Amino acid sequence: MKIKLQKKHSSIEYNRWGYFFIAPFFIIYLVFSLIPLFSTIANSFFETYRVGLMQIGPKFVFFKNYTEVLTNSELPKYAENTLIMWLLGFIPQILISLLLSIWFTDTELRLRCRSFFKTVIYMPNLIMASAFAMLFFVLFSDSGPVNNIALMTGKIAEPIRFLFRTDTVRLLVAAMNFLMWYGNTTLLLMSGIMGIDQSIFEAARIDGASPLQIFIRITLPQLLPILVYVMITSLIGGIQMFDVPQILTNGTGQPNRTTMTLIMYLNNHLFSRNYGLGGAVSVLIFILTAALSGIVYSSTLKESKKSDGGKK
Amino acid sequence: MKKTFLFICTAIVAAAVLPGCSKKAAPSKAEGKVLNIYCWNEEFQSRFKTYFEDKGLVPSGVTVKWIINPNQNNVYQNKLDETLLKQKDAADDDKIDLFLVEADYALKYVDTPYTLDVKKDIGLTDTDLAQQYKYTKDIMTDSKGVLKGVSWQACPGGFIYRRSIAKAVLGTDDPAKVQDALGSWDQFDAVAAQAKAKGYFMLSGFDDAFRVFSDNVTSPFVVDSKINIDPSIKRWISQTKLYTEKGYNNKANLWSTESFKGAAKGGKVFGYFGPAWFIDFCLAPATLEKADGPKQIGNGSYGDWAFCKGPQGFSWGGTWICAAAGTDNVKLVHDIMYTLTCDKNTMAAIAQGSGDFTNNEEAMKEVAAGSYQNPFLGGQNHISLFLESAKSINKSNMSPYDQGITEKLQAAFADYFNGSTDEATAWNNFYTSVHELYPNLTK
Repeated sequence: MKIKLQKKHSSIEYNRWGYFFIAPFFIIYLVFSLIPLFSTIANSFFETYRVGLMQIGPKFVFFKNYTEVLTNSELPKYAENTLIMWLLGFIPQILISLLLSIWFTDTELRLRCRSFFKTVIYMPNLIMASAFAMLFFVLFSDSGPVNNIALMTGKIAEPIRFLFRTDTVRLLVAAMNFLMWYGNTTLLLMSGIMGIDQSIFEAARIDGASPLQIFIRITLPQLLPILVYVMITSLIGGIQMFDVPQILTNGTGQPNRTTMTLIMYLNNHLFSRNYGLGGAVSVLIFILTAALSGIVYSSTLKESKKSDGGKK
Repeated sequence: MKKTFLFICTAIVAAAVLPGCSKKAAPSKAEGKVLNIYCWNEEFQSRFKTYFEDKGLVPSGVTVKWIINPNQNNVYQNKLDETLLKQKDAADDDKIDLFLVEADYALKYVDTPYTLDVKKDIGLTDTDLAQQYKYTKDIMTDSKGVLKGVSWQACPGGFIYRRSIAKAVLGTDDPAKVQDALGSWDQFDAVAAQAKAKGYFMLSGFDDAFRVFSDNVTSPFVVDSKINIDPSIKRWISQTKLYTEKGYNNKANLWSTESFKGAAKGGKVFGYFGPAWFIDFCLAPATLEKADGPKQIGNGSYGDWAFCKGPQGFSWGGTWICAAAGTDNVKLVHDIMYTLTCDKNTMAAIAQGSGDFTNNEEAMKEVAAGSYQNPFLGGQNHISLFLESAKSINKSNMSPYDQGITEKLQAAFADYFNGSTDEATAWNNFYTSVHELYPNLTK
């Protein structure tokens, strides 16, 4: 009897320690994420900004900020810009990452120096996005190295104004995003593929399946959870795209605001401390992100549930 | 174990807290030990160093702290405003003592209680200020007639042209003859066509001629919280579009490396519009081939330039020194203001040393009549050309929103000049971006 009581006593003590260990995260989340979230939503219902040394507001205006953002500003245009630049970078990223991850994990192919390649493709992720954007700004400017080389070798007669044409600026932003993130995606997909049971692949090869059939019918369905994770995190990152286009176009979103993303637009409001309009834009972006993530998650999870059911 | 651990923790915390208790508030009736100066570039810092600090005029024990924030995107003003709003609660050593303002946003600070009266609070006398050009004092006089800031420069501007290119296009590089050829805008347009025919660009980019037009407006940018575009600005837009289409300009952004490359040895830009500070602070360093080399003819295109009045007189910018309310270094601020903006000998020295047109009528008359030769301008004494125009500068159409509006106007219309948008879209973008910056203004 005594022994039993002692055992109960010690197990309760250890449980309490668990709460202490996870408490720091919750405290920090509460202070730095949850409270600011609620205060932003609260701010979006007020008109408050500062012009010079003159403070206007806060004045309660209910939904006026939202109507102004949705009707009077060009928010759909910025959302379209963000979407285009994200897709231009994400589609090559996912395709090339899939390809590389299959090559790196193929037991038959057995590439040499794999760890060297893995390190090298991950390195662009370590560069600060702003430094990277600054580098591209100098490289592709009218009198920069790229134009100089092309002029010297006679390929073009006049410098191409990369930073003043919509298509080239968007491609540059997409290229930077691609370079920075394809290493990360490759490694994630590699870990996903390595988690698949090798015997399935062997069985398929014995049955005479071609590499393409193996890829479509075995690898992809098994990879679905990881692909969903990559898709959602990339989507959230894409909606929040800011530092690369901001530095590349110097905050102007030129030409003609066609490279202005949602967060760049939000940032413009902060110059006049416009917490009212800024709050409204933030809440709208939050709703958009939540909706899109929900759609991606539910549509792909349904498929995965179906395939799991079939397997059973 | 637990107890000793807790005891050590408490001891450390106590040791950290106790020193804070023992500091008493220093009595601030004596002059402060730290002079905090807010500015956006190193122009004033170099003047301060050469003509004040190096002459030993900074009292011993006083440290001068320079807080420099760039002007772009309103960063300088934002930081300045934040600190000014917290001035009352700041510690004495952290209070702003001196801050600089440009013409574009001087009005924002003039009529506020954040700037001190230079006569009553700082101690400058009417005799001290007598030789300053009237417009520099008018701008900084608030609605009650109190003078809130002083400047060491007057900024009449003109056209700085490349002698060798002028010889190739007009056949002469003599300033008087070049001025005859560029005396009006129509003549300027004609010479631009001739320059294009010989393979040169009349101007470097879109915004180079902006200030000539913006300084000759007859109505301010903002009237009763409504944005107002003067016909002079519309003229700039149509002229620049024409020049871009005909290839008379090099499409470079103002202040960009491309723009200044046009002034270097192999550059093809005929000239730049600018006042004296533009010559000394911006153009001259860009023309040197060897940045550390001697500043003389032969080093890049240095010395291959000259100055003429151009098609229209104008003024561009200017920097004023304001004393921040609540400063604890009143005497030092007075000395700085007196030496750098009122003392005739210092003003003459600044003009001769850097070619700046300084804010002292007598000193400028002397330098103009004297043997001063500006090496960058091939030995020309450009001060004399400024004498008349300095007296007639009219800045009565300034508004506190000038800096933001100018920046957004140039950015929005760069797209129009580049051909990415039509004029209506450019205007739309302009109004959108101004509304983001100043939500209280309407179309």
